Amino acid sequence: MIEFKHVSKKYANQITAVDNFNLKIQQGEFVYVIGPSGAGKSTFIKMMYREEKPTLGQIKVNEYELEKIKNSKIPFFRRELGIVFQDFKLLSKLTVFENIAYALQVIEKDPVEIKKRVNHVLKLVKLVSKGAAFPAELSGGEQQRVAIARAIANKPSILIADEPTGNLDPETAEGIMKILEKINIQGTTVVMATHNSHIVNEFRHRVIEIENGHVIRDQDEGSFFQDEASNF
Amino acid sequence: MKLATFKRHLVESFKSLKRNGWMSVAAFSAVTVTLLLVGVLLTILLNVNKIASDVENDVQVRVLINRGTAQQQRNQLKNKLKAETAVKKITFSSKEHELKNVIKSYGKGFKLFGGDGNPLYDVFIVQTKEPKQTVQIARKAKNMKFVYDAKYGGTSAKRLFAIVNSIQRWGMGISLLLLFVAVFLISNTIRITILSRQNEISIMRLVGATNSFIRWPFVLEGAWTGLFGAMLPLIIVDFGYVWTHRVLSQTLASTSYRLLSPGVFLVEIDALLILIGICIGALGATFSMRRFLKI
Ligand SMILES: Nc1ncnc2c1ncn2[C@@H]1O[C@H](COP(=O)(O)OP(=O)(O)OP(=O)(O)O)[C@@H](O)[C@H]1O
Ligand SMILES: [Mg+2]
Repeated sequence: MIEFKHVSKKYANQITAVDNFNLKIQQGEFVYVIGPSGAGKSTFIKMMYREEKPTLGQIKVNEYELEKIKNSKIPFFRRELGIVFQDFKLLSKLTVFENIAYALQVIEKDPVEIKKRVNHVLKLVKLVSKGAAFPAELSGGEQQRVAIARAIANKPSILIADEPTGNLDPETAEGIMKILEKINIQGTTVVMATHNSHIVNEFRHRVIEIENGHVIRDQDEGSFFQDEASNF
Repeated sequence: MKLATFKRHLVESFKSLKRNGWMSVAAFSAVTVTLLLVGVLLTILLNVNKIASDVENDVQVRVLINRGTAQQQRNQLKNKLKAETAVKKITFSSKEHELKNVIKSYGKGFKLFGGDGNPLYDVFIVQTKEPKQTVQIARKAKNMKFVYDAKYGGTSAKRLFAIVNSIQRWGMGISLLLLFVAVFLISNTIRITILSRQNEISIMRLVGATNSFIRWPFVLEGAWTGLFGAMLPLIIVDFGYVWTHRVLSQTLASTSYRLLSPGVFLVEIDALLILIGICIGALGATFSMRRFLKI
């Protein structure tokens, strides 16, 4: 569960990237965050995983109240989330298997459990055969699937993705969407910022549209364009 | 901390020491130079301190007898000194004997003064029961007949303590400055490691590794740098001190003053140098981490 109450974010340079957001995302929802470049999508998402602190308002994610969470608690809060980016953020010196295992090792999971989890998520993203490969030997889509596998390895309740298909061609992007939907069906909340109108229209879910720091539309089963939505 | 985690941190810290190559060597060297100076200063300081306290605890008053005092008059003086309750023991040392001692400690050059040219005095070495009684005995003796002068350790002790103080002040200042430089160099080296591992750090933070987990390998790297940097100073100070001790002990043999004996003292100095090395290493690492672990 994610809840924003009167949340605003003003950066040090006086730009208000998010202005008075009030919204709630229930456990198990799939939500797109769309809007033009500079609208405030990434800022909105960064506040969800406490990379940025709100200037005003309250943010509740699961049982954590993020506007007042202690620094020492943030790591434990993050363990309930999976986070994916446009640029994958894989470690080039580690194999696919090691990249995923790494995320579990640094939170001191049991080695036997780690092996089990890594194999499980590799199956889920259909990359079992690539476990020993290095990221440089994979296509962009495959690399993003590794990143997703890593994000869900610790069974997060929420998967946050900032333009996960931004670097991928349409077909590959669809492959990624199918994996995200599969994860969503198993009960994980998915929040995904995107520019990809084709994806948003093809795989219908709730749409939160932001422009200039304001929520201008919040619609279930929404499409990418407002007018198209009214025809729907 | 789990054993597996600790092993992981150890391996990571060694890897980055190796990866940093010459930067690591520069940081070692900084620690080496620093600890060498700190070690030498400390050794000198503690020994001067020891001797100053030996001097202070010295129960001897040297009563210099006027030249040309006859045997009988000398006995008279001796009896008078003996009558003092604070006096425990009196030994006579002729000026020839005194000269021998001087030659023994300061070299053959003083042989010139043999025979009639001997500038020294016959001396009664008076031992008091308590160190602080030396002042009173010396004062009394000075006013006695046939006495040229009476000297006790107190004055030299005061002078020595003044020296100790200035060594302490300068030594502390220089040591602190050096320690500061070493911490700075270590923190710079480790910053390189951190920069080269920024990807890893950001991923660790994203998936929920705790700050202390992230910090450990770097702190260990700093501690190794400090520990390895302490090795050479340790060896030099140890061997240097054993040698110096042997040489100076001969010079001091005729006095009641002694240097600290190498055994336990060196073990303490070694432990201290290692401790300082590890501390400045870990401190340097912690400094360079601070910026990267802010939220
Ligand atoms: N760290 C920052 N400091 C200052 N201003 C920032 C910072 N991050 C973002 N901004 C500003 O806040 C506004 C919103 O940025 P944000 O990154 O949230 O947009 P976005 O919707 O994600 O854009 P894009 O689609 O290009 O990724 C922009 O005007 C941006 O310049
Ligand atoms: Mg963005």
